Amino acid sequence: MRRVKISVLSGKGGTGKTTVSVNLAKTFNNSLYVDCDVEEPNGYLFLNPQIEDEKTVEVIIPEINSDKCTLCGECVKACRFGALTKLIKKILVFDHLCHSCGACFEMCPYDAIVEKYKPIGTIRKGKAQSVDFIDGKLNYGEATGVPILKEINKLIENVDKPVIVDSPPGTSCPVIHSIEGSDLCILVTEPTPYGLHDFDLAVQLVKQMGIPMAAVINKAGEGDNIIEEYCEKEGIKVLAKIPFKKEFAEAYSKGKLLIEVNEEVKGIFEKLTTDALELIKK
Amino acid sequence: MKIAISSEGKTLEAKVDSRFGRAQYFIIVDSETMDYKVIDNAAVAQSSGAGTKAAQTLIDEGVQVLISSSVGPNAMEVFKAAEIPVYKAIEGDVKTNIELFKNGSLEKITEATNQGHHHH
Ligand code: SF4
Ligand code: SF4
Repeated sequence: MRRVKISVLSGKGGTGKTTVSVNLAKTFNNSLYVDCDVEEPNGYLFLNPQIEDEKTVEVIIPEINSDKCTLCGECVKACRFGALTKLIKKILVFDHLCHSCGACFEMCPYDAIVEKYKPIGTIRKGKAQSVDFIDGKLNYGEATGVPILKEINKLIENVDKPVIVDSPPGTSCPVIHSIEGSDLCILVTEPTPYGLHDFDLAVQLVKQMGIPMAAVINKAGEGDNIIEEYCEKEGIKVLAKIPFKKEFAEAYSKGKLLIEVNEEVKGIFEKLTTDALELIKK
Repeated sequence: MKIAISSEGKTLEAKVDSRFGRAQYFIIVDSETMDYKVIDNAAVAQSSGAGTKAAQTLIDEGVQVLISSSVGPNAMEVFKAAEIPVYKAIEGDVKTNIELFKNGSLEKITEATNQGHHHH
């Protein structure tokens, strides 16, 4: 099967994004699950992959050669992230504020800035039976996970099976990098006014990027119509509604897949995979 | 001595701004003459690194003491390295805080008083 990239996202954390991603990947079988939620990757807890390969992701940050530095301050002016400060006798570099944009290297008139490699996180590759597994993890306190996401994007470029991307929560920069090039975005939301608010933010982002999208309502029930009405208006298909049962929360806390504990949910996911592929073909 | 205070307004009667990196203004007061200068904090709009940017502005102004309250870890590191002592402001206006500093009633802070913010 050719590569299709399906990104699962939500305007906020804790809406069941990971639940949908892992169950979807498992239902597809012979798929690749990619955890791009680098600040808090937790897909591995449900898929229990055998890790086969782990590599460090490094970025380039500046180091000041004090012999050459004239304290002209050009680099400080160039840095949009406040990562450089000029004191009376030296330039102070704040590694964890640095976004590796390269501006200071370019601006230094005295060639006084040296490239220094700094590890910011890791990418792991493995297998969870029939599902291939990749996840990225950002070290605590680092400025941005974007370099990890770029690495991951390279790794999944030429995969010839369905790729399910568990995106970072929210609608900021990392989300854009992780959903880039998707054939379909699946937006997960809960049927509450708060849920709708965050859902709307995610919808606007995906729309701007011109990626086809569909919705999944998690903890579906009484409030569903608030999401359904919105989707109707926006022309978004609701592909699945996952009900809420106490046993699901239990399964979740034990790191179990919903499709393995409940037949109804298994059916829902089977239909979701077919419908998602159907949408992509169109 | 040049003292900087984070402030909500542009006069000595203005209230102290409890934030540092995201304070609206800094008022730099000469403690002998009570002459002062107002600085618009350009770092307010900065998505990250506001604290260090604001600290840089004050260093460039030759400030010797800072009176503020919510100073993040990065800015604190800058002030330590620049040997600029930081004092904790009490609620009230700029003038009162200067007076309190002059008679030694303000408490010195050496550790960051907030954990910084992440905006991406
Ligand atoms: S690489 Fe960019 S973010 Fe990092 S210190 Fe230089 S200018 Fe600032
Ligand atoms: S631009 Fe270069 S020479 Fe100027 S202060 Fe920065 S490192 Fe030093």
